[in-house]
Amino acid sequence: MTLALFAAFAALLVGCSLMVILHRNPVASALFLVLAFCSLAGLYLLLHAEFVAMVQVIVYAGAIMVLFLFVIMYLNLRHDVEQGIAVAVRRGAGWILGILLLAETVAFFKGRWAEGPVSAPDLAPVAGNTQAIGQVLYTRYLFPFEITSVLLLVAMVGAVVIAKGRGPGLHPAAPAADAAADAKAAAPDHAGGEA
Amino acid sequence: MMPFTMPSLIAVDWWALGAVIALSVGAMLLLVLEFVPAPPASNRGAFVTLLALLAAAGSVLEVRDARRSLFDGMFLHDGFTVFFTVLFCVIGAVAVLQSWDYVKRTRINHGEYYALLLSSTLGMVLMAASNDLITIFLGLELMSLALYVLVGFRRTRLDSSEAAMKYFLLGAFASGFLLYGIALLYGATGTTNLAKVAMFLADSPMIGNPMLIVGGLLLLVGFGFKVAAVPFHMWTPDAYEGAPTTVTGYMSAGAKAAGFAALLRVLLVAFPPLMSEWRPILSWIAALTMTVGNVTALLQTNVKRMLAYSSIAHAGYLLVAVVAGGLDGGSAALFYLAVYSFMNLGAFGVLALLGRGAEERVTIKDLAGLGFRSPMLGLAMTVFMLSLGGVPPTSGFMGKVYLFSVAVKAGLIPLVIVGVLNSVVSVFYYLRVTVAMYMQEPGAEPVEIAWAPSAAIAVVITLALTLWWGVQAQDLLTTAQRSILGLL
Repeated sequence: MTLALFAAFAALLVGCSLMVILHRNPVASALFLVLAFCSLAGLYLLLHAEFVAMVQVIVYAGAIMVLFLFVIMYLNLRHDVEQGIAVAVRRGAGWILGILLLAETVAFFKGRWAEGPVSAPDLAPVAGNTQAIGQVLYTRYLFPFEITSVLLLVAMVGAVVIAKGRGPGLHPAAPAADAAADAKAAAPDHAGGEA
Repeated sequence: MMPFTMPSLIAVDWWALGAVIALSVGAMLLLVLEFVPAPPASNRGAFVTLLALLAAAGSVLEVRDARRSLFDGMFLHDGFTVFFTVLFCVIGAVAVLQSWDYVKRTRINHGEYYALLLSSTLGMVLMAASNDLITIFLGLELMSLALYVLVGFRRTRLDSSEAAMKYFLLGAFASGFLLYGIALLYGATGTTNLAKVAMFLADSPMIGNPMLIVGGLLLLVGFGFKVAAVPFHMWTPDAYEGAPTTVTGYMSAGAKAAGFAALLRVLLVAFPPLMSEWRPILSWIAALTMTVGNVTALLQTNVKRMLAYSSIAHAGYLLVAVVAGGLDGGSAALFYLAVYSFMNLGAFGVLALLGRGAEERVTIKDLAGLGFRSPMLGLAMTVFMLSLGGVPPTSGFMGKVYLFSVAVKAGLIPLVIVGVLNSVVSVFYYLRVTVAMYMQEPGAEPVEIAWAPSAAIAVVITLALTLWWGVQAQDLLTTAQRSILGLL
């Protein structure tokens, strides 16, 4: 049963991944990517990694793909059918590099393999691994967790700085008035950005 | 319920963690302060930043001789951490002094500027202090994210946005490599803790395992990108040119030092057993980096671009020290990083003073005649250029002497020959700046010098350190040696 499920999910994953790069319509490519993510989540489930599977669906198939689709639709990729010698050259280079990489990989993995580390002790066999992850996240990995929160804050502030229209190009005022306007504008800016 | 233990917060050494706390609190305070209107002339952002940096440096210096392992060995407070934390704080402080007037003049004086500066300093500190691949990655991302935004801070200028875009895309790519490498290493060794990786490798048949080697190589790619080593250097000239000049100085000193700090810790703590694998690779990268950096720098007419290629070349010299390894190589790298940071910061600090308003006058032609129009500035720039070229009696000379002698002792004769030849080549383009300043007539529209007291202080600090370490290198050298001891 597990093997059959694995084979099904794996075949779906490979097929969808191929369709992502082979399909001509970018929106269809993106939708195939969603399917690929979902079948990957299925594989995670088979490995008893329920938490990773859920995160895969929620974060990747949900949030990130919505972002992808937005970008694709905003860019309005109508004129992406390229022609001419440049495309042929690029395609050719791509194939050659891909084959080289494949050859390298094969050569490399013929190398010596050895036993990996002993597998980590089974954590919390009862309540599923979501609880176990939560427990180590707030104890052992407390420090990285806190740093991640700072990281997200910086990313948010950065996005506001980059996206917000301010400064001389958009306030055609005298320098002093401009600075005062900035100081006044600062408060609503942040309220908007961090909400 | 599985049993678990809460980390006892009382047992944490708060002084050792002080730098992290001071920097993050400072950054958040700056963001909150933006809600309070201030008169346009006020510079409280810069002031708060300086205080936070001072508090951070003071806090680690308070317990400089202690050795603490916090959060399950993820955060290590040792001599190495203290050295780099203080270095980053001083680099940050000099950058704040340089920015003090610059951001007002170029009208990018928004509160986020200093908040991002502090956050990236925090990232650098974490990179140096982390003893775990996860926290190293988080520190690197924190530093990089803040720097991407700082590079594009003059968002009405096309070149600034382009620089930020390029830096961000390539940086995200490099982060992906690094993270993939970390994942493979975790798969191969079962741990992300550097000390445990070393213990695992010490008596295991894993050496030579493809997974381990690919993981290590991907890690090298990630770090190579951050320190701008060839062939991962493509972003450097564009990002350096497009960024506000003060940010360029800050990232050329700080990001490079942080990249090398993390690289040194990973290589010297976790991977001594794999030395025979990474030494030849890094040797080639070092030789390539030095040569490509210096030769391309010869062709530049924009001084910021020239200094970008020069910073690539300096990453090559530093890699020679890393390849030499051990106590000597490590202390040579630390010494050179400190010396390099301040001469480079100084050079960019001088460039930041040129031009009226938001205009940028940083070509060699703009520098023509500067030596007579402003003797102080000309003298300072000359010293920085000589030091970058490695001419006595400057600190750059002492750094190179020490670095190359260590490499000779380690038996890296070919690398030293390449390095010395490259240094000779580099003197040519550094002297071109000096020649322009003293022997060429200024053009029809001579560049305006935007003097400001804080920027003058920054020039004096960097100049003093560059000259002081040139004649009195012993103190810094002893400190560097003591700092690296904890790693070995």
